[in-house]
Amino acid sequence: MSMTHPRVGRARERVLTVRGIGKRFGAVRALTDVDFWVNEGEVVALVGDNGAGKSTLVKVLAGVHSPDAGVIEFDGESVHIDTPADAQELGIATVFQDLALCDNLDVVANLWLGQELVSGSTLDEVDMEERTWTLLRELSAKIPSVRVPVASLSGGQRQTVAIARSLIGDPRIIILDEPTAALGVAQTAEVLNLIERLRERGHGVILISHNMADVMAVADRVVVLRLGRNNGVYNVADITSETLIAAITGAVDFPIGRRMPEPRAAESPADSAVGGAEIIRMPSARRSRGREDDA
Amino acid sequence: MTAAGDRAGAVDPRDDKLLSTQGIRGALDGLATRIRGGDLGAAPVIIGLAVIWAVFQALNPVFLSSENLVNLTMQCAAIGTITLGVVLVLLLGEIDLSVGSVSGLAAAVLAVTFVQFQWNLVLALVAATVAGFLVGLLYGFLYTRFGVPSFVITLAGLLGFLGLQLWVLGDNGTINLPIDSWIVQFAQQMFLPPWLSYVGAVLTAGAYAWVRIRHARRRSAANLVSQSYREIALRSTVLVVFLLAAAWYLNLWRGVGVMFLFFLALVVIMNFALTRTRWGRAVYAVGGSVEAARRAGIRVDRIYLSVFALCSTLAAVGGILAASRLSAVSQSSGAGDTNLNAIAAAVIGGASLFGGRGSAFSAVLGIVVIQSISSGLTLLNLDSSVRFMITGVVLVLAVIVDSISRRTRAASGRA
Repeated sequence: MSMTHPRVGRARERVLTVRGIGKRFGAVRALTDVDFWVNEGEVVALVGDNGAGKSTLVKVLAGVHSPDAGVIEFDGESVHIDTPADAQELGIATVFQDLALCDNLDVVANLWLGQELVSGSTLDEVDMEERTWTLLRELSAKIPSVRVPVASLSGGQRQTVAIARSLIGDPRIIILDEPTAALGVAQTAEVLNLIERLRERGHGVILISHNMADVMAVADRVVVLRLGRNNGVYNVADITSETLIAAITGAVDFPIGRRMPEPRAAESPADSAVGGAEIIRMPSARRSRGREDDA
Repeated sequence: MTAAGDRAGAVDPRDDKLLSTQGIRGALDGLATRIRGGDLGAAPVIIGLAVIWAVFQALNPVFLSSENLVNLTMQCAAIGTITLGVVLVLLLGEIDLSVGSVSGLAAAVLAVTFVQFQWNLVLALVAATVAGFLVGLLYGFLYTRFGVPSFVITLAGLLGFLGLQLWVLGDNGTINLPIDSWIVQFAQQMFLPPWLSYVGAVLTAGAYAWVRIRHARRRSAANLVSQSYREIALRSTVLVVFLLAAAWYLNLWRGVGVMFLFFLALVVIMNFALTRTRWGRAVYAVGGSVEAARRAGIRVDRIYLSVFALCSTLAAVGGILAASRLSAVSQSSGAGDTNLNAIAAAVIGGASLFGGRGSAFSAVLGIVVIQSISSGLTLLNLDSSVRFMITGVVLVLAVIVDSISRRTRAASGRA
């Protein structure tokens, strides 16, 4: 894709860091020693085959599951995310695949559901509608009317409403679970544009997708999971989908483990001091190097 | 087009993907589109009501006499109050089959405490209402704690509270409420003096117009699409003409019953709670999708609890009104067709059995249809067997309309 410029480089503050996350369900090790991080204004794609642990990782971050091992750091401080409410309070918003919209309510009602604005004790519809328009315009979203039931919207528009709703609490991180699955070409483009808007607004975006074209089009960085383990972290600017698919399927079991591109390391001393050490490592190399870093 | 200038701020009218309705013409067009899309609203009920009234008037000219209509309003009040509660439960997609028994229980508590124990009337009324409230809390607890379907809980309640009613009444089959007590006066004898009914009609329409205008001003100040003053004036005029005409016609006989006004006031209050408060929004959300509501941080259990409690409380109030109107409480209070009429009225009025659709005004429309049928058939001297059968048919028709419009909505994307 041609629009790589805004994605590479530019120092962004690290928001979320996950180290050595492990999660078991009975005898199944869904996640083993997974590392992961997100910066402000960065789109991180999380890819992997079915059963690679993407959903589990997302659920850990969303507070649906609590991890058995590992550390989650938010703004440099170690945090525990035990419930969805904890995640929301921290500023991690999740848009699950089923969107969870109320079909019988209109766009405004869905957007503000559970956090309605009130004046006195009655709903402040005018204020809510005004802010809805502002938000939708910022996202350049095309919604025919904010007063129609969401059932009458197209798949892409519903996805837009769900994403816009996640922005209501002004989260730092937005997790999108398969936002383009089951969408048509035009609608997919709409959602991808929306993701670009989110990045421009400075949100960290975690994008889960099976669609390599979407990932290559919109992500800054790709984190590959395979069988519950990290299988490489790549900069989108310098890989091809073939490499990615190889990493996903395990054809490259000893992934290139390319470092982040040089501009990144050079961009700011502060960033490399914090993040430089953890930038992309080969799974095999991680052990030794990881120890040094943590120590 | 008074507000046309302000409109462009929120909606760009040139974008043909955007829907915007402008003025009265636009409002009518929008209505037609909605109806074609299966969002029938009150249209089928109003058409049905017109047909029913026309048929009964043709069969018996007394039907539309002001005397019969005054009686009709008074009959509506008691069961209508129960219906209002049923509408709430239906909004959640649940059901309460025991409203009849609960209304009977409340009537029995009222009679026993007021007449036999000689309690103060207010105290007796409170006791009866609280009985209903407690029943609702029990339902809500069973539903939220154990996840028993409301259908089963309230079916058990139907039997259980009928038994409790019989036990409360004890050996004496019928207890008469003293005619001179104010609750019986309220239900039987209190009518607005004609001048007050006209003043009330004008004030109501005035209040409606004032609320609308204030709303429109705020919206146009915020650059949102707002109702034009012309449309507001038209709506308010229609409303005031309708209210004045209704008051005038009822005043030809005894006038506007205070109990009927009490029922209407309850409906207006409930409509306000449903459309203008966070609680009401949560009720619709839970009815639309429980999971979405839960994830949005709504305390779903509390919504269920509050709605079940409100429904049973309203059933108790309806039972009190019915008992007062008859000035007697017997073992058959709240039995027979009370239950089914209340539920049928809610469905006929437009509260969907599938949850999330309907409004407080469904209760008014539905109960007027049900009581019109029952009153018309009584005037024709038809047996109650026929009445039951016809009410049953009407209920099935209403549910069919509900299901078909639901399917049409799904097809045209209006869920």
